Amino acid sequence: MTKRELTCIGCPMGCLVTVELDGDTIASVSGYTCPKGKAYAENEVKDPKRTVTSTVRVVGGKRERVSCKTASDIPKDKIQDVMREINSAVAQAPVGIGETLISNVAGTGVDIVATSSVGKYHG
Amino acid sequence: MNSSYDIVIIGGGPAGLAAAVSAYDSGARSMIVLERDEQLGGILNQCIHNGFGLHTFKEELTGPEYADRFIRQALERGIEYKLNTMVMDVAADRTVTAMNREDGVFQIKAKAVILAMGCREKPRGALNIPGYRPAGIFSAGTAQRLVNIEGYMPGKEVVVLGSGDIGLIMARRMTLEGAKVKLVAELMPYSGGLKRNIVQCLDDFGIPLMLSHTVVDIEGKEHITAVTIAEVGADLKPIKGTEQRVECDVLLLSCGLIPENELSTAAGVELSPVTKGPVVNESLETGVPGVFACGNVLHVHDLVDYVSEEAARAGAVAAEYISGSSEPGGREITLKAESGVRYTVPMTVRPDRIDDKLTVRFRVGDVYKSAYVSVYFDDERVQHKKKRVISPGEMEQIILTKEQLDSHPDLQTITLKIEQP
Repeated sequence: MTKRELTCIGCPMGCLVTVELDGDTIASVSGYTCPKGKAYAENEVKDPKRTVTSTVRVVGGKRERVSCKTASDIPKDKIQDVMREINSAVAQAPVGIGETLISNVAGTGVDIVATSSVGKYHG
Repeated sequence: MNSSYDIVIIGGGPAGLAAAVSAYDSGARSMIVLERDEQLGGILNQCIHNGFGLHTFKEELTGPEYADRFIRQALERGIEYKLNTMVMDVAADRTVTAMNREDGVFQIKAKAVILAMGCREKPRGALNIPGYRPAGIFSAGTAQRLVNIEGYMPGKEVVVLGSGDIGLIMARRMTLEGAKVKLVAELMPYSGGLKRNIVQCLDDFGIPLMLSHTVVDIEGKEHITAVTIAEVGADLKPIKGTEQRVECDVLLLSCGLIPENELSTAAGVELSPVTKGPVVNESLETGVPGVFACGNVLHVHDLVDYVSEEAARAGAVAAEYISGSSEPGGREITLKAESGVRYTVPMTVRPDRIDDKLTVRFRVGDVYKSAYVSVYFDDERVQHKKKRVISPGEMEQIILTKEQLDSHPDLQTITLKIEQP
């Protein structure tokens, strides 16, 4: 039996929720004070996901970097792999907001898209 | 550019943009937005993380995407704006003096001015941290600009003082970019940041949050080499013997935001000693006729969605003001903040000038669990709402209805209080 303690992010209460795991199955969840807390803790243990936001280098643009994000959530344990790909990517100006910068980042099936625009540099 | 406009909006961030769009939609046409940066959008441009817009757009956007929605709305309406333009002065007669490289120094006569200059971070000088004054000490927002806009990392080993949201966000951001964030020290026994940020920016990366701790010494003559942190007691003073030395090459400060009101003061606007922003009535009008305020220059918000909502109201009332259709104010009721409530915005209300309801926003000074938010009309308690938790980091609100106000014709003072069971 392993124990995981999590802080619920559902509201400012920040309940400390304890999940007891028997291998991969959840044996018990305790410490939550509303249904949100239970659902949050179960998801966090079973399949934690995050949106990753960062910047990609731009060449020939008015600015050096363009902000970007994963188009949807990716598994939490893939964050470092995703960052590595983002940091080796280079975008050619102009870049439009919403444009795909990396397809299927780190094999997650999720794209990295631009969250702002960078125009071309004219002298 | 003309030498006179109906409305001049100072600041092209989320507040200024929402105010401009709303003023346009309320019938105003002659207006200009003055922005000192090289692009519209304000601080949102460097807030590349997600979590914006859940209330306004019912979806989770990053800062630049949220800004883009409002920039588009302003452009679609053909709203005039000037970038790289610094406003130097606002006079009580609403003459705005500004300058930029193309026009030099110029003046604009305005019938109404909307103050939307935002806020800025408390610098080291305001924190009284002892020690040397080396390079490598940044406000969290400065580091955010360096990393996210300029693509420049301020260092590799980071200590963060203060657990405001920008500090938490930057702890994660610098970790993702390869830095080692050693700890976040927070003077108070609770964090001023959102729970979500503590979990996803610190816990996710194993960064310790040390509550009731502060920096008591800074080492390094040219560049910072280490800080000493110590635990503080209930009096917030460092406890002898708890000092520990932490090597680092960057110290980030995330110790609070202050509304940026030099221009408001120049115009003769009265400021609240609590919010550090203008004292306003229900129409977000300051004591200087025709001068309105909204967004973080008025009071520091937790969510940009509330900034947009507030600014939209400022835009609408400014449009009404310049059309001359504003009716005389009628009776004015004072709003008072007591027992745990630090302030209210607005600070006064004229029932004749609200449509059917008015949102009053406030913040508390401590963490309260299972406490009541109470509203008193003079001595009569008219609202008593239980909240599971109320914390200083989150803005709270109550709603006053016109009907309720009209049924109390002799009402002098409305008081907001936190009451324990």
